Amino acid sequence: MIKTRLRLKVNGEDREVLAPVHHTLLEVLREELALPGTKHGCELGECGTCTVLVDGQPILSCLTLPIECEGREITTVEGLAADGALHPLQQAFAELGSAQCGYCIPGFLLTAAALLRERPKPTRSEIAEATGGNLCRCTGYLKIFEAIELAADRMSKRA
Amino acid sequence: MNIIGRSLPKVDAAAKVTGQTLFADDLVLPRMMYARLLRSPHPHARIRRIDVSRAAAHPGVVATLVGSELPIPFGILPVSQDEHTLAVDKVRFVGDPVAAVAALDEETAEEALKLIDVDYAVLPPLMSIDEALRRPDARIHDYGPRGNIHKEVSFDFGDVDAGFAEADHVREDTFFFEGNTHLPMEQHAAVGSLGPDGKLTLWSSTQTPHYVHRALAKVLEMAPAHIRVIACPNGGGFGGKSDPFSHEIVVAKLSMKTGRPVKMTLNREEVFYCHRGRHPVTMWIKTGMKKDGAITAMHFRSALDGGAYGSYGVASLYYTGALQTVTYRIPRYKFEGVRVFTNKPPCGPKRGHGTPQPRYALECHLDKLCHELGLDPAEWRLQNTLAPGAVTANQMKVRTIGLRECLEKVVARSGFSSKRGRLGAGRGVGIAASAYISGAGLPIYWNAMPHSGVQIKVDRGGGVAVFCGSTDIGQGSDSVLAYVVAEELGILPEDIRVVTADTDLTPVDLGSYSSRVTLMTGNAAIQAARRVREPILAAAAKKLEVPVARLRAASRRIFDAADPSRSLGFAEAVVLAESEHGTLGSVGSYKPPRSVAKWKGAGVGPTPTYSYSACVVELSADRETGIIRIDKVWIAHDVGRSINPLLVIGQVEGSVYMGLGEVLMEEQAFRKGRHKIPSMLEYKSPTTLDMPPVESILVETLDPEGPYGAKECGQGPLLPVIPAVTNALFDALGIRIDEVPITPEKVRAALEGRLRGPRMPEFTYPETVVVPPLEPAAPATAPQGAPR
Repeated sequence: MIKTRLRLKVNGEDREVLAPVHHTLLEVLREELALPGTKHGCELGECGTCTVLVDGQPILSCLTLPIECEGREITTVEGLAADGALHPLQQAFAELGSAQCGYCIPGFLLTAAALLRERPKPTRSEIAEATGGNLCRCTGYLKIFEAIELAADRMSKRA
Repeated sequence: MNIIGRSLPKVDAAAKVTGQTLFADDLVLPRMMYARLLRSPHPHARIRRIDVSRAAAHPGVVATLVGSELPIPFGILPVSQDEHTLAVDKVRFVGDPVAAVAALDEETAEEALKLIDVDYAVLPPLMSIDEALRRPDARIHDYGPRGNIHKEVSFDFGDVDAGFAEADHVREDTFFFEGNTHLPMEQHAAVGSLGPDGKLTLWSSTQTPHYVHRALAKVLEMAPAHIRVIACPNGGGFGGKSDPFSHEIVVAKLSMKTGRPVKMTLNREEVFYCHRGRHPVTMWIKTGMKKDGAITAMHFRSALDGGAYGSYGVASLYYTGALQTVTYRIPRYKFEGVRVFTNKPPCGPKRGHGTPQPRYALECHLDKLCHELGLDPAEWRLQNTLAPGAVTANQMKVRTIGLRECLEKVVARSGFSSKRGRLGAGRGVGIAASAYISGAGLPIYWNAMPHSGVQIKVDRGGGVAVFCGSTDIGQGSDSVLAYVVAEELGILPEDIRVVTADTDLTPVDLGSYSSRVTLMTGNAAIQAARRVREPILAAAAKKLEVPVARLRAASRRIFDAADPSRSLGFAEAVVLAESEHGTLGSVGSYKPPRSVAKWKGAGVGPTPTYSYSACVVELSADRETGIIRIDKVWIAHDVGRSINPLLVIGQVEGSVYMGLGEVLMEEQAFRKGRHKIPSMLEYKSPTTLDMPPVESILVETLDPEGPYGAKECGQGPLLPVIPAVTNALFDALGIRIDEVPITPEKVRAALEGRLRGPRMPEFTYPETVVVPPLEPAAPATAPQGAPR
């Protein structure tokens, strides 16, 4: 198996790994970098579960080659909390019961984090639009919407 | 109460939002190998020969496995032990597992599958009930009464013909409910590891570790004492991870062959083949009604397309006939049903198990009857709900029933009565109601043991560990254990470590199915907690010089109710109790009450108590495109008592979502023997953009059988959503579409008068079993102790 050397900046840390050339960013994160917080639901770009941020933009890590991400900032769910405190989105998702099985939640959190950076006070329909590519089978999405609204509210008050 | 009834976050919430919950595919063990399954490309074929020698010689391959190495069959129900880990002589659907490979990495295992040579003799694919009935010679299985019939039943509960003769109006309808699948976000995964002590451990995304434990012992011919099954947190289950599966047995066997851990994670296409989802069911229903709306008799027939294996199918079949009777007064009832094998992925239990299909048929049929007789559909339902304590024609005992209150609330909040028929072109409202079990009354295999067990260990530092076999699939069952024990011991949920779903460490709980977990583990946990509380309170009473009866426990303290300043810390009381009584620990267990039913087949339907739901849907339908937009859903659910309202509403909203997916878009479609759409893109499910606002209303009836009065809430609220949508479509467009999903194409076809309604398969049901009524000691509708 041909391997390639990758230099990636993940959650603010510079990492160097040797990975099979065909491994996607999803696989490199989960397998080579031991960051299993990023989940997979289809590995075909259909469910949004594997969403991570690259330079602040949500992307599907199952459809991304890691070599394209060299020199860019990759953020996974493991990188959302800062200084031992949960991100306001994480806090709101936990409080409102927005994570049932929790499997799709890392993808929703990162998609929502990108949304709130661009639109600090999104409307319900903007939230639905932004998360339209993320599937969840447990919640019916409503508690996810509420948590994003709660986090937006708290973040704008803090700012 | 201090904990029960509060909207607290789940005990695992922080792990879930930080990505630290470890699901089965997240596990990595030293020397671990990866396995893949070769699956049948044919819907129906005999296997002449399998040769794995080329695969075994492929560099990086460590072991191979074929069906002849595991000849013992298995299956979830004792009556349907019809699956082999890997096909022995026959494949029965596209996706049926045939052989397996373990290699140093997943890619190598996948490559090696292409080197396995299988010689198939193709048999006729039977892809529908009609085809399977027409070809009794091409038997998919060699058991069952005849041909491709898996199971057929017929029961008379009272003289329905006499009932129809008494009626002022009799109506018949035929409905079809297309099959659909669970689509959990997590693909199934399992890791098997044979330890140096010769003991086997299996980690798996399963809802039923106890049943997997039994299946492994049987198929591997290994002492159950040497097998440990650990259910990882499930990334969604909905019933799809409730059977023992080939991949679980394969990783165990490959680990036994190699002495190394083996992992297998299914890809999304394979998850569609595992299936065990909603049965496609065709139903015929006939009801007699008096002018005032009183039902005189009901006759219900179902025909289930079971797919390739038994799975839970016998139970699913009985469920299609069991719960019609537990909502409204039906004095005479007849049920006939049949489940047929076909060459499709096996069907089984999906949220609501066997009851969404008949509930959909029943509620639409009743709506039509009300319309014909000029009765208000909401008022009719209110007038005809069962009384608390009623025993139905098919001998199901109702305990508390909050259906009336559920109906009143959704009607009032939605403005149903003022909206019906008055919303204008293309807009409408519909109503429906339903009931569901809070746990099956009987276990899957016959035994007299508890259905749920809880063990408690108390630490000198005031910490408490709770051990239970229950499996958290996202519904919050770990949290319920913590809330209950915290409530009983007067400590906080965060003081409790919950250890669950590990057959070595935890007492048996039968699993996360049939909406049984809160009621059964809750009752077992209350018993265990009260037992371990006794010596702690006794020691505190002695120290405080207060009678035990006056002591209360809350917020980590034990105090005198008459003088709360006389108090002791919980941890302090534990030290005193341990000093006096020795190591502190306890067990508790729960077994449902005996059913009153006295007929063979009545194992399906009884429950400690039924939950009730009512739903109003408001929608807009576009005549040009046929597209239905759901504007709002109001749903009320009789949950007995909300142990945690936040989590109950989460279950209700999730149920509404799943019901909307089923009625509007989700379907398993097949073409030329193959699953047409085994991907998440093409299998349509609702996205954030499809989800309407939902107003959830919780009704509390404080059921004497439930822990603090609680009933189920994870499945029941799905049931009324589907017929409420179809009834609303009638109000909006004046059309009746007697099959789901209701796609835009079907709406267009119905508007143009070219939609052909469903028809029952040509089948003669077996001779009916006449079930005599119960002894007069249990009159049909006498209310019995159901205090509010």
